[in-house]
Amino acid sequence: MTAVARVYRWEIAKLLAQKRTYLGLGTAIVVPIIFVLVLVLRSGGPNDVPLGRYIRDTGLAVPFVVLFFMSIWGLPLITALVAGDIVASESHNGTLKTILTRSRERGQVFAGKTLATATYTLVLVFAMGLVGLVAGSIAWGFHPLTSLSGTKVPAGHGVVLLLASLGVYTLPLAGIAAFGIFLSTVTRNSAAAVVGALMWALLMQLLGVLPGTESIRPYLLGTQFDAWHGFLRTPADWAPVIRAIWLCALYIALPLTGAYLVFLRRDVAGE
Amino acid sequence: MSDAPPVETRGLVKRYGDIVAVDRVDLTVEHGDVFGYLGPNGAGKTTSLRIMLGLIRPSAGSARLFGRDPLIHGAKALEGVAGFVEAPRFYPYLSGRRNLRLLADYDEPVSRIRIDEVLETVELRDRAKDRVGGYSHGMRQRLGIAAALLRAPRLLLLDEPTTGLDPAGMRDMRELVRRLAAEGITILLSSHLLNEVEELCNRVAIIRRGAIVYQGELHELLARAATSYRLQALEPERALSVLLAQPGIGEVRLDGAALRFSADENAVAALTLALGQAQIAFSALIPETATLEELFLGMTDGESSDHDRPVALAV
Amino acid sequence: MTGAGGMPVEVRGLVKAYGPIRAVDHVDLTVEPGDIYGYLGPNGAGKTTTLRMLLGLIRRDGGSVALFGRDPARGIEALEHVAGFVESPTFYPYLSGRENLQLFGALDGGVDRTRVDEVLEQVELRNRARDRVGTYSLGMRQRLGIAAALLRDPKLLILDEPANGLDPAGIRDMRTLIANLPDRGVTVLYSSHLLAEVEEVCTRVAIVNDGRIAFEGQLDELRGSFGVSYRLETADDQAATTAARDLEVSIAVADGGLSLEADPSAIDRLTVELGRRGIAIRYLARQQRSLEDLFFQLTEEAS
Repeated sequence: MTAVARVYRWEIAKLLAQKRTYLGLGTAIVVPIIFVLVLVLRSGGPNDVPLGRYIRDTGLAVPFVVLFFMSIWGLPLITALVAGDIVASESHNGTLKTILTRSRERGQVFAGKTLATATYTLVLVFAMGLVGLVAGSIAWGFHPLTSLSGTKVPAGHGVVLLLASLGVYTLPLAGIAAFGIFLSTVTRNSAAAVVGALMWALLMQLLGVLPGTESIRPYLLGTQFDAWHGFLRTPADWAPVIRAIWLCALYIALPLTGAYLVFLRRDVAGE
Repeated sequence: MSDAPPVETRGLVKRYGDIVAVDRVDLTVEHGDVFGYLGPNGAGKTTSLRIMLGLIRPSAGSARLFGRDPLIHGAKALEGVAGFVEAPRFYPYLSGRRNLRLLADYDEPVSRIRIDEVLETVELRDRAKDRVGGYSHGMRQRLGIAAALLRAPRLLLLDEPTTGLDPAGMRDMRELVRRLAAEGITILLSSHLLNEVEELCNRVAIIRRGAIVYQGELHELLARAATSYRLQALEPERALSVLLAQPGIGEVRLDGAALRFSADENAVAALTLALGQAQIAFSALIPETATLEELFLGMTDGESSDHDRPVALAV
Repeated sequence: MTGAGGMPVEVRGLVKAYGPIRAVDHVDLTVEPGDIYGYLGPNGAGKTTTLRMLLGLIRRDGGSVALFGRDPARGIEALEHVAGFVESPTFYPYLSGRENLQLFGALDGGVDRTRVDEVLEQVELRNRARDRVGTYSLGMRQRLGIAAALLRDPKLLILDEPANGLDPAGIRDMRTLIANLPDRGVTVLYSSHLLAEVEEVCTRVAIVNDGRIAFEGQLDELRGSFGVSYRLETADDQAATTAARDLEVSIAVADGGLSLEADPSAIDRLTVELGRRGIAIRYLARQQRSLEDLFFQLTEEAS
């Protein structure tokens, strides 16, 4: 195993030993289940949400609808909980001095933590999607999906679209995570980093709805949360997806680079 | 690289705004030393130790371990080096053993095999499965030593290793230090318990307000104080007259029932013969060497960061 | 120095059990007026538990405790002339040292400003009294804790590891402070792991092991109970040995010198004889078994 792989393995082990990890994952798994249960037990439904009308037609609609609900606040919150903590917790436990006086370079430790956060983020999103798919299919069967353009999409192709959507959605979410890691490194305070990351997400959202910001709107992080809608159109609208890919690359790379540089150079005193 | 001294700092400086925490410190620890690093709280000891371990960047100057500078060589500078600064810390939600496994994986592969061995050495084998969150301070100190020993170090940096331990724990820690030193491991030890330093160390450095005020052999430092003697004689007055008449005996004074004087070894030998010839019995003849505590407090003006001025306790 | 009447501390048959484990197992303690009483023992021996029972912080399961004749379990009046803290003293970090003391004084029923100034002076914290306690070092907080205790003008001070975390100057100051308290009419009972300190300052000690008292009494008594010997270093140890044997003084080689078992008059005769025979003496002193040796002998042989 390479050095970074060892650090990564232990970062995952540490995540699995902490309650907040399970809190987040648990929420991501439980929400789609509750969603399905509620709709099974009660009439009415999320008719004002895209695809909401067709929710009882096919279980395939469920993960998309849940993603709609969770995409702006739910998943960013859960992600920030881990990303904001992953570096700051070392300060809290005073363990930074312990792990930085072994044989790993600071860069390797940082890389391991970043990869662990990325893993968590991916697992979060896909777990939610797949649990939603399974729960929905049990309730309403695995049938063709009605797209945003009104066309019928075969079930098999629908799963492909789901996976693509989850993947593209993960990109801006990773942007939130990257910013969380940045704050975690700079503030050394878990709570501040988590709240800070969410405040930043809020700011992005606000900028998106303010009048006069039309020109920059396509480039805001908040807008990228909707990029995956392009897959639900026939034909697929690739423009927002492409834009999301390169923009999110920036939203991820810039805070991570900043965090890396800070982590590399900073004094570890009193912690 | 390996005949470079275990620790060598040159002109080490660390500034925090206007405050100079470490002020041009030149420190050298030689192979095989048990080196006592002493100083009042807030004198710059911890900061300089952290610089040596690559945790803090100096404002100027350099610190090298076996010739390698952490700023230039990164983690490689810590090859063969282990220890802890301020109380050792671990992940409270993991067991002692898992903490060690994690740290072993952060090291080179040799570390994993030694885990049971080091747990045995520090007598934590039976509590290794418990979460560190439930450990006492003493147990964490011992786990810190275990974590250091995993690296099979040639240099150990131990910051107050016996603090918070009970007498048996302190004694075991001292024995361990002696044993490791006997195996040829160089040890840089920082402690506030000066009687312990006197017992274990061969060389010491004293830091005060960021600057080194003494660095050298411990016995030389102790020899700085004049050797005075205390004599407990059955007939103090008669003994006094013999003392005053004897050559090489100076600063004679009567202190309660004891006689104090200063002299070199030969003069003292001659004195005892003279006393015997004169049939003057005595029950004690004790050289009073200064303690490290007296010398230390003298050199640091009895200061610590706890005071704003030197101490003269008004009780 | 006595308060209402009776010894500062009189404990008989004290017991505290946690389930099947007896943390404190029939402990007897007597602290006399003017004592500086050292309470020693390995971790887990029941020291802190005992001190907490003395201060009425936890209930006892058996035996009696009397502070100046009064039982702390019966009511708060027993603590009238008693002050102290167990484990680190706690303060409000956002208040200044002086404010904390005034607050504690108010809780005690009021204390005037001069008294606060007095105790701050006694512990050398006057200069920093206006700073927030959150900025204090550990040593300063320990000293403020003592100041808070002294505020009540106690006749008995109970402390748990007062030198914990202090640097050499801090240790020395604490030692001086404690050593001078009996002159001001205060009896002191404290627990410590620093045997060298206890040896220097305490008049009486108790060594507790596994919840039971292994020794209680004067320090000299403790040393005496292990026999008296002298250490002798001469210019010619062989000749000295012959001389000693001639005088029928029991002598043996030990650690680069000689060890004698004899009473003081025999020692006196020996020194004269050695002088007459031209054997110079380099060192002669009664061998004090160190408190450390004694401590380990009592706590490790027993278990």
